[in-house]
Amino acid sequence: MATESENLESLVNRRYEHGFVTEIETETLPPGLNEGVVRAISARKNEPEWLLEWRLQAYRQWLEMEEPEWAHLHYPKIEYDEISYFSAPKSDDDRPKSLDEVDPKLLETYDKLGIPLHERARLAGVAVDAVFDSVSVATTFKEKLSDAGVIFCSFSEAVIEHPELVRKYLGTVVPRRDNYFAALNSAVFSDGSFVYIPKGVRCPMELSTYFRINAANTGQFERTLIIAEEGSHVSYLEGCTAPMRDENQLHAAIVELIALDDAEIKYSTVQNWYPGDENGVGGIYNFVTKRGDCRGANSKISWTQVETGSAITWKYPSCLLRGANSVGEFYSVAVTNNMQQADTGTKMIHIGPNTRSTIVSKGISAGKAQQSYRGLVRVMPQAHGARNHTQCDSLLIGKDCGAHTFPYMEIKNPSAKIEHEATTSKISANQLFYCRQRGISEEDAVNMIVNGFCKEVFKELPMEFAVEAQALLNVSLEGAVG
Amino acid sequence: MLEINNLKSRIGDTEILRGLSLSVNPGEVHAIMGPNGSGKSTLAQVVAGHQDYEVTGGSVTYKGQDLLELEPEERAREGIFLGFQYPVEIPGVNNAYLLKAALNAKRKHAGLDEIDAFEFLKTAREKMATLDMDPKFLNRGVNEGFSGGEKKRNEILQMAMLEPELAILDETDSGLDIDALKAVANGVNSLRNPDRAIVLVTHYQRLLDYIEPDFVHVLSEGQIIKSGDKSLALELEEKGYDWVREAASA
Ligand SMILES: Nc1ncnc2c1ncn2[C@@H]1O[C@H](COP(=O)(O)OP(=O)(O)OP(=O)(O)O)[C@@H](O)[C@H]1O
Ligand SMILES: [Mg+2]
Repeated sequence: MATESENLESLVNRRYEHGFVTEIETETLPPGLNEGVVRAISARKNEPEWLLEWRLQAYRQWLEMEEPEWAHLHYPKIEYDEISYFSAPKSDDDRPKSLDEVDPKLLETYDKLGIPLHERARLAGVAVDAVFDSVSVATTFKEKLSDAGVIFCSFSEAVIEHPELVRKYLGTVVPRRDNYFAALNSAVFSDGSFVYIPKGVRCPMELSTYFRINAANTGQFERTLIIAEEGSHVSYLEGCTAPMRDENQLHAAIVELIALDDAEIKYSTVQNWYPGDENGVGGIYNFVTKRGDCRGANSKISWTQVETGSAITWKYPSCLLRGANSVGEFYSVAVTNNMQQADTGTKMIHIGPNTRSTIVSKGISAGKAQQSYRGLVRVMPQAHGARNHTQCDSLLIGKDCGAHTFPYMEIKNPSAKIEHEATTSKISANQLFYCRQRGISEEDAVNMIVNGFCKEVFKELPMEFAVEAQALLNVSLEGAVG
Repeated sequence: MLEINNLKSRIGDTEILRGLSLSVNPGEVHAIMGPNGSGKSTLAQVVAGHQDYEVTGGSVTYKGQDLLELEPEERAREGIFLGFQYPVEIPGVNNAYLLKAALNAKRKHAGLDEIDAFEFLKTAREKMATLDMDPKFLNRGVNEGFSGGEKKRNEILQMAMLEPELAILDETDSGLDIDALKAVANGVNSLRNPDRAIVLVTHYQRLLDYIEPDFVHVLSEGQIIKSGDKSLALELEEKGYDWVREAASA
């Protein structure tokens, strides 16, 4: 019997046009990064001259920067010259023809998560013809949005269709030289999402990449830009609970959110990329820069994330609270199992008066995983009456994992009220025995305890997402005990 | 129903049960008494299947099967319930949720459908009323911040909901006020029927005033050294354990 001590996802470049998916013929660029590569990427996307110039400047800045080493992460040196920055779409001939050709292990996971059959095909990268269903869903969805005046399209499409908006806001939240990975993304970004909510509009539905079918393969350098005009409201869902097939190891995405006066953006993420096998081999490296700018008075940006995937996660969704009375929120559940490493957290920068922020971070470590929470709360001198509440809890399963908390506070206005609470707990052998004595299996007991631990964050997620997230957590921790 | 034969068990290097035999039939109530550290809780934990206790000898059969071969959750689903001496707190896990999960695990094992949410709540509220328990306890974390007596009542609530065939209550009477003691006794007595057996581990006669046992056993140094009827408990209350120990070693 077990005792406690023994225990414990081709860049397919497609254009979305009126519900049809077209493939563009491209060849793969040879590995390595230079100005020629940046020019080639921009040319293939028919980008305007200003954007090419923008990319080139980012590239030059990147050259002068150094990869950060301060995170509590260990990984082999990334050979940037061995990565191909633009790869040909995988032709249908190379893709699985049906689910019969897909890795059974992946299918098993879909089954556990209750993913509908047609979705499984899409997620597993089965050739497009086989995934017909979702196209009609997406078309209906697009009509409803355009009636409301909402723009929701791929980033590449936005560059062509709405260049003035892209040019006005791109890089205004995450400057090109913000950090090493941001500079890299700015130089070579592949594709992503663009959202524009006009003044006073409440987006009629949750926006999800799930419905933007061409978003399934946005490549490794994803770029998202969301603009909420005065008094507008939008809820955006990124990711999917099902693990996606992905051949790119390095992912460096950028998400920029802009909320003007009285606007609200709710951004929810479920990240479930391939974490690698039990020995950490083959997992994805995820270096993301996500930042929200509460530019207007009384605006609100809320980040909710459930992170279970990737071998390495380096991610700090942040809020710049510039407008008076603006509100920033960060709710996070991060799970690391086996050899996964995560260094995550948030930054709340209080600039305007009476700005408020809430941070709720729940970290779960199992196996030999290492997890760090890094949170910065900065109150600028002009931010009178700023308030922050931080709650940071860690749950350890087993004795070989670790949780580390690094809270940073820079308070430059004496009227600020800052509260920080942190707890670390373990699932004890006696708790598990108690549940088992009541007829509940060890695995169910662990899930019950973990879900209980995370409920404060789950309740922030849109309903269907919350249910999926819960199931995902259970799958991620499978085998953590026993 | 439960046949324990010459059972030996140890934790680490310390032998605690040293050849213990006990036979419990359906319908019977057994009281197990004995000095602190004699092995009463150990016996209860071994029967429930706690992993820290190693069985080094003897046998335990339950309803004709080798109990020691079963995982703790299988034992529970087969009808064994242990009321813990020290019920553990599980913060964040809703008390009602655990109760329902336990009930459904048992029902599934018996080939029954999951209990309907409405019916579950109705039954739980009824049982809580008989135990004088505020229904708000359903929405708290499992034993989280419960007082000693509240934890014990919660154990009895779980027992009442799960309707075990063999209930082992390890000092459920300790730390209870008089009213709580009566409420707990009520709970136990209402469970009593010809198909069920109850084993009470206790230090005090007063519990036995409310729940009349058929047999009383004295456990000392890992063995049952004397068995009798309810009068033995009265005698122990009066004279202590020394005379039994002397008689046993003589
Ligand atoms: N984890 C452990 N490590 C070492 N010794 C233990 C452990 N658990 C129990 N023991 C010892 O085993 C013996 C029997 O303990 P047990 O809890 O069964 O006694 P008990 O009869 O229930 O006593 P009480 O009346 O005080 O509840 C004690 O001497 C105790 O110290
Ligand atoms: Mg005891």
